[in-house]
Amino acid sequence: MSIKADYFEVFGLARKLEIDPEELQRRFYEMSRRVHPDFFQTGTPGEQAGSLERSALVNRAYRTLRDLVSRVEYLIQLEEGRETKEGAAGIKPEAPGDLLAEMLEVQEALQGAKADGLDEAARERVKAEHARLLERRAVEEDGLRVLAREWDGVGDGDGNREALLERMKRVLAARAYLNTVINDLGEALGGEAQNHVSHRRH
Amino acid sequence: MSRIVGIDLGTTNSLVAYMAGDFPRVIPDADGRVLLPSVVAFTPDGILVGETAKRQLVRHPAQTIYSVKRFMGRGYEDVKAELRYFPFRLEPSQEIVRIQVGDRAVTPPEVSALILKALKERAEAHLGEPVTKAVITVPAYFNDSQRQATKDAGRLAGLEVLRIVNEPTAASLAYGLHRLKRGTVAVYDLGGGTFDISILKVQDGIFEVLATSGNTHLGGDDFDRALVDWFLADVLARHGVDLGRDPEAMQELRLAAEAAKCRLSFDERTVLTIPFPQHGLTYRREIARAELEALIDPLVAETLGPCRLALADARLQAAQIDEVVLVGGSTRIPLVRRRVQELFGKVPHSQLNPDEVVALGAAVQAHILAGGITDMLLLDVTPLSLGIETLGGVMSVLIPRNTTIPTSAKEMFTTSADGQTVVDMHVLQGERELARDNRSLARFELRGIDPMAAGMPRIAVTFLVDANGILQVQAKELRTGKAASVEVKPSYGLTDAEVERMVEESFAHAEEDVTSRLLIEARNEADTVIRATERALGQGRHLIDGDEAERIGGALATLLGVRDGNDRDAIRGATERLNQATLHLAEALMDAALKEALASKPVTEVLEKTES
Repeated sequence: MSIKADYFEVFGLARKLEIDPEELQRRFYEMSRRVHPDFFQTGTPGEQAGSLERSALVNRAYRTLRDLVSRVEYLIQLEEGRETKEGAAGIKPEAPGDLLAEMLEVQEALQGAKADGLDEAARERVKAEHARLLERRAVEEDGLRVLAREWDGVGDGDGNREALLERMKRVLAARAYLNTVINDLGEALGGEAQNHVSHRRH
Repeated sequence: MSRIVGIDLGTTNSLVAYMAGDFPRVIPDADGRVLLPSVVAFTPDGILVGETAKRQLVRHPAQTIYSVKRFMGRGYEDVKAELRYFPFRLEPSQEIVRIQVGDRAVTPPEVSALILKALKERAEAHLGEPVTKAVITVPAYFNDSQRQATKDAGRLAGLEVLRIVNEPTAASLAYGLHRLKRGTVAVYDLGGGTFDISILKVQDGIFEVLATSGNTHLGGDDFDRALVDWFLADVLARHGVDLGRDPEAMQELRLAAEAAKCRLSFDERTVLTIPFPQHGLTYRREIARAELEALIDPLVAETLGPCRLALADARLQAAQIDEVVLVGGSTRIPLVRRRVQELFGKVPHSQLNPDEVVALGAAVQAHILAGGITDMLLLDVTPLSLGIETLGGVMSVLIPRNTTIPTSAKEMFTTSADGQTVVDMHVLQGERELARDNRSLARFELRGIDPMAAGMPRIAVTFLVDANGILQVQAKELRTGKAASVEVKPSYGLTDAEVERMVEESFAHAEEDVTSRLLIEARNEADTVIRATERALGQGRHLIDGDEAERIGGALATLLGVRDGNDRDAIRGATERLNQATLHLAEALMDAALKEALASKPVTEVLEKTES
């Protein structure tokens, strides 16, 4: 295996979406033990550079594969033959129209509530809405897991592959919209654990 | 490999440690003291460091620099607000902070270098051998500029800094040797000037940091200031005197406040008596622990937000943390312990001396790098998101915070004008949406792009964060395959050229023979590469063909031939040629290592077999 390997190949895995997290972690630790720069301090400059490069690859691969959502995103990127996540426009087709409309409604309601100073009753409504959307997101993620299992079952030449990829892309898009609104609601509630960065990445 | 020491370069105190057998040990000075106060005094008779410098604080406040760590990698604007607490003056500047001492101005890395040099000398005296290599710790929440400044300080002190390691994770290594074998661990590190929280997963010798957060401007210093402000108001009310304008009195108050704070960790009440003959008064005051706690409670509360954020980033609940470890002198304060215990719902550990544990851990990491420990590995993360400024002044994140390092990200750039040969990038660190709200790390200029029509060049830029958490940038134009040279202009740091010049100047001051020193360095480097090549050949001869082995053998023989000569350029040239000759072998070895990793059996499986 070389530095050009894709993330599945890095860990010696088939291009499947169901991955045993313990086994993935075991391989990650094992590979880190072999290539981490700590162990090449006395190596040739070539070894030091090579270990740095491979260690970065192994870390990126682990980070991407350990989480279902980023794993699916990466798989789509691979299947579509894109070099980077840059073309992520491809991952953002339209979310279902009704979801979009609903999210706009929630956003407007939130703006209105904020403009009125967010009193106790309004806070409670925002909180309930927040909880509802978190649940909704969990449903989407369950759907993604089902699709992932289906993907693992279809063979290489199967015509269903394309359709499955499209369906996964739609779930990712829906999830991204939900995330934006969930974060906005969370911010309005003054949650400390807001992730400024990650919500922008979707 | 020669001995590598571990150094904790602290805000208030610094320490050096080494591996003595299986366990690390801190190195005392001739008087048996292990803590070196991080104070440097520039006196007419010369430079003092440590205990003797600390004694100058009250007499010569303007020439005695303390807490310089707060200025490392910072700009004037960053520290302006706290300057009223410091007796020394800073030159207003847009770039790196410069501290005025007498008729000269020194940068924070230069001051830190003097502290490091004192530790280096202490270690050399104790070990009876030259010490040239070190692992230095920094707060986990230090950004790229602050890390780079620390590395620069090491170089200025004549130390090769093999690794910058995070303080809380260093502490976890020290604990790991003793008792931490498996589980999730929160390391709460509150020192003199900085606060860090790191959440780790420990398993089979791997210390994997899941998330880290903190505040590089929050620590014991701030508690002292709260107390000083309270004393100032009290003196004004009772004696009608404003001591705030008297730098010497301020130093007296600061030191008294620090001492009172420390006593109140053990006693319920304490009494202060400070004579101020120049103001015709003696300040006498009893203070209770509860009063101190009321003053510092808001500051202690400020550490809890980062703790919750780190937990969220690690996707863990407080209840899922198996152990909480306390590090840093400020964790001796009972209120701090109470707040930590409330948050995590369990009694925190502090078996190892909180002042020493970071240096001990640095020595462990040093031993790992030297090859003395092979079954422990620390996998750390980058504390802040790294990105570039894009159109409209927005920060585009390339590497999110809490990504395991080393890591890299690739980004494509092009030109916007015909014939353009230079492309600018502004690299930022932080969590905010707008570029201007984040930390400016550096501006990079990609040069040497072949003139083409606008938008034609395809420049692939690789942002690589190494195991020190320090950024390296490489660029390549894909059409021509030519590497673009990258010029770095650090926003709040020294350029490589400046560090180089300072190093040379320090040689001149030491009246050392620069030429012979450079020759020795070249020979040392040659020896390292010779040894590494011999080892690589031993391990990987079967991976390469006869021609390649012959080429490497030839380059090795050439280097061995010139190694003992006095021609530094010949040694360096032959070293570089040997490096080039071994590049492919190195790649082959690395790939073989990855393959072996995949083929290896799970550890548990192996254990079961040996047991049965």
